[in-house]
Amino acid sequence: MTVRPLDAPELPPEVLLRVEHLTMRFGGLVAVDDVSFDVRRDEITALIGPNGAGKTTVFNCITGFYKPTVGRLTLRRAEDESWLLERLRDHEISRAAGVARTFQNIRLFGGMTLLENLLVAQHGPLMRASGFTLLGVLGFASYGRAERAAIDKATAWLERIGLIDRADDAAADLPYGDQRRLEIARAMCTDPVLLCLDEPAAGLNPRESAELNTLLRSIRNEGVAVLLIEHDMSVVMEISDHVVVLDYGKKISDGSPAAVREDPKVIAAYLGVEDEEVAKVEQEIERIAEESGA
Amino acid sequence: MADHAPAHPSSPFMAALRNAFITALIALGLAAPMMGLVTVQGPNGLRLEPHWERVAIAVGLVFLGRLALNLTIWRPDAGRTRTQIPPRVEATLARLGRWFAPVAVALAVALPFLPGVERYTVDLAILVLTYVMLGWGLNIVVGLAGLLDLGYVAFYAVGAYSYALLAQHFGLSFWVCLPLAGILAAFWGVLLGFPVLRLRGDYLAIVTLAFGEIIRIVLLNWYWFTGGPNGIGGIPRPSFFGLDFTPGPDGFAATFGLKFSPLHRIIFLYYLILALALITNFVTIRLRRLPIGRAWEALREDEIACRSLGVNTVNTKLTAFALGAMFAGFAGSFFATRQGFISPESFVFMESAMILAIVVLGGMGSQIGVAIAAVAMIGGFELFREFKDYRMIVFGAVMVGIMVWRPRGLVSSRTPSVFLKEKKAIAGSLVQEGHG
Amino acid sequence: MEYFAQQLINGVTLGSIYGLIAIGYTMVYGIVGMINFAHGDIFMVGAFLALIVYLALAALGVAFAPLALLIVLVVAMALTALYGWTVERIAYRPLRGSFRLAPLISAIGMAIFLQNYVQVAQGARVKPLPPVVRGYFWQSEGGGGFVVNISNVQVIIVLTTIVSMIAFWLIVTRTSFGRAQRACEQDSKMAALLGVDVDRTISLTFVMGAALASVAGLMYLLYYGVADFYIGFVAGIKAFTAAVLGGIGSLPGAMLGGLLIGLIETLWSAYFSVEYKDVAAFSILVIVLIFLPSGLLGRPEVEKV
Repeated sequence: MTVRPLDAPELPPEVLLRVEHLTMRFGGLVAVDDVSFDVRRDEITALIGPNGAGKTTVFNCITGFYKPTVGRLTLRRAEDESWLLERLRDHEISRAAGVARTFQNIRLFGGMTLLENLLVAQHGPLMRASGFTLLGVLGFASYGRAERAAIDKATAWLERIGLIDRADDAAADLPYGDQRRLEIARAMCTDPVLLCLDEPAAGLNPRESAELNTLLRSIRNEGVAVLLIEHDMSVVMEISDHVVVLDYGKKISDGSPAAVREDPKVIAAYLGVEDEEVAKVEQEIERIAEESGA
Repeated sequence: MADHAPAHPSSPFMAALRNAFITALIALGLAAPMMGLVTVQGPNGLRLEPHWERVAIAVGLVFLGRLALNLTIWRPDAGRTRTQIPPRVEATLARLGRWFAPVAVALAVALPFLPGVERYTVDLAILVLTYVMLGWGLNIVVGLAGLLDLGYVAFYAVGAYSYALLAQHFGLSFWVCLPLAGILAAFWGVLLGFPVLRLRGDYLAIVTLAFGEIIRIVLLNWYWFTGGPNGIGGIPRPSFFGLDFTPGPDGFAATFGLKFSPLHRIIFLYYLILALALITNFVTIRLRRLPIGRAWEALREDEIACRSLGVNTVNTKLTAFALGAMFAGFAGSFFATRQGFISPESFVFMESAMILAIVVLGGMGSQIGVAIAAVAMIGGFELFREFKDYRMIVFGAVMVGIMVWRPRGLVSSRTPSVFLKEKKAIAGSLVQEGHG
Repeated sequence: MEYFAQQLINGVTLGSIYGLIAIGYTMVYGIVGMINFAHGDIFMVGAFLALIVYLALAALGVAFAPLALLIVLVVAMALTALYGWTVERIAYRPLRGSFRLAPLISAIGMAIFLQNYVQVAQGARVKPLPPVVRGYFWQSEGGGGFVVNISNVQVIIVLTTIVSMIAFWLIVTRTSFGRAQRACEQDSKMAALLGVDVDRTISLTFVMGAALASVAGLMYLLYYGVADFYIGFVAGIKAFTAAVLGGIGSLPGAMLGGLLIGLIETLWSAYFSVEYKDVAAFSILVIVLIFLPSGLLGRPEVEKV
């Protein structure tokens, strides 16, 4: 079953993913309400917001685990190849559109070795090389070559995340921080154009967190856009190029980390101010700003 | 019970005695009505016949057994550790295991010519190998892909009936029917699997059970097609590439200048099922090292992660289901040709349960474990043939006992499908059992 | 029309029996998340115990049927409950928190054990019991020459089911055991932290499931007048189907599912073919699961990512 890129609207060249009017309802609950934002190539975009703001839901819509109630998700993988993600089935999003993800509660194949984890991530190309299993069973050489290439790629990633010595251990045996890195490496082995990370720094110690930042920057510098959900503001402010803030399912701010940090709505949301009070806080801040400006 | 220490600590022996006494009391409550009062058909309807001696024996056995256990394995100071094979022993076993498989295969090949092997032994070996093959086939579905299939026997039935009907109506030979039976069974696997494979574990189990029962009931009632409960008889026996195992001048024995013996056919059937089983094993081992096999295992570990990595879970599950069904189909047509007669009675739920038990008791995903479990269960089961009903009681109890003793089966560790430097066995406790 | 009404009545009677067994499945599934495969055989054990107690009473000269039935009911419930408790203690408790397939295999082993235990202890012959309750509660004088009957047995079965359901419902919703049970269903670790004795709660769940199964066993005995060691398997699967149909984990769902399966089976046998009645029940199961995976009254499950 072949999936073809659809006639999607043209996106500006710097935009990789455009989320438009994304709305997700579960029964009566509106988890995400009319959210629009762009993810640009060569950038790390952070999606932040208090608990229950709908960040993971946005993620699940982008990565195909939920079908959005309303909205359009356009991804321009190459100049002449655009995809409407909401029309793809979950596994096609990774394979065709090149969107990879990690999970908030790490989902590794715990009983399989690190190497096997990274090979499963290369399932699509390997399946084709094995002639959808037929040639592989008969022991064709072409599959052997493809498998060696896949192992090389996996080895390269294991070296990069510093886990090459544990390549033949079970993934569940790794300490937590290593599992997080392995999950990122596994996602990267699918050759994505967009890497979505659900709270990659959660539970990491400061050293591991710094290593993660380096890893994410290097991934971005190789031309893979990163979209991440994060609670740890220090991580967000340090590495992201662009921040989108959600609160109660609505987008309340969007811009550079510096701009978002100053945004009174964001401050109010994080301080837990009541809705009606946000306006008051805003006025207050404006007044102070005017006073200080004047 | 054993873990509730008495309020006033007395000597361990007294505690054990007390505990055994309580257990015996419970056993008395269980056994007294059911074993002590037997319903018999009298002239004026049912009446009860007391058999208190049986109750006394049962309660006594429970008391002594519990007391013995309390004083040995379940001593309070022994801790409540579950009996496990220590890792060192398991490693040694794994090293032995490397030799075990070739030796077992060599033994299997030589079996019909070993001294002292009679017709009965070869017959039994054929039966055991049929279950080894079925176990290996189901192992793809349950052990590798983690899909709980309680209706596996349905595909076995499809294979058997395919061969029987094709041979009867179109006069096709066994060698033509064998692949056809496999293909038909696989086709049914896809047909039944497609709508239900998105269901999660237990629902899948019960739906497959329902399918198994549906197919059996249809076979039972579709008189003009399947012969209903009378089944199909006179199924042609397989030929040795065109040579029949008959005493005539065109028979196998005459052609090869041997003296005719009915044993020839049995031995031929034995090698046939041995070859089929080894093919199943070979294909499975091969597939495990291919992307499809890794995708099955990944699916068993975490389906959601699989989807995020671009694995088409529906197709992956379907291939596992279809392949498992195909091997059952092969085994089914072998069964039909061996028996010469099939009826729905051979394809009851108990068979599915038995095959599943072989897979789980052997250790899911472990080819050797499944083979050992099949030999132990089917072989052991046949050895105690004269005990009739008692052996089924023991059989059920042993199933419970092995699960309590080793919930992950005999061989619980997993061998990686690929390695960089060193192949290390993965402890069973890390391996997931599948979600659906 | 009369024919249809008669089938409806028969279906409800049969459905009540299935419903009572289904509750045992649904409760256990709700609390420990396993298919208690041996439950159908607990029902069979219950039927046998009821038969034995009834015959014992007859031998002792208790001739007054209502009194005898009441004693049979109570004693059989207690004895079957002991079986349920023991099964849980031996075959499932050591496996709690283990590998998911292990309890299922253990349960299949237990089912095989119970079936053959009863066969050896009581003999493989079908045990016929002459009708204990005779007569009709109500008979219509149908114009079409067909008489609609509601027998006394049917009334007793439906009434007993209703009473047991109410009693059971009260236990689950009004007692501390019920609260503990619901807590364990939600999160047994948390319940344990809050001082709920999880082992005891699970044991009691099995005890109650077995007691209800023995009620079903007695009803079966009264309705069909026969018992053999094999009745547990088919009835067990049908009851499990009923539990899934109603939405596993839901108690009213189990009863509703039981009634539906009973009705489907009876109507199918009446209008189409007796041979394929089980196919009808199982097909409904498959269709429901494909299109309504959480059953009729079950809570839909949202996939957690």
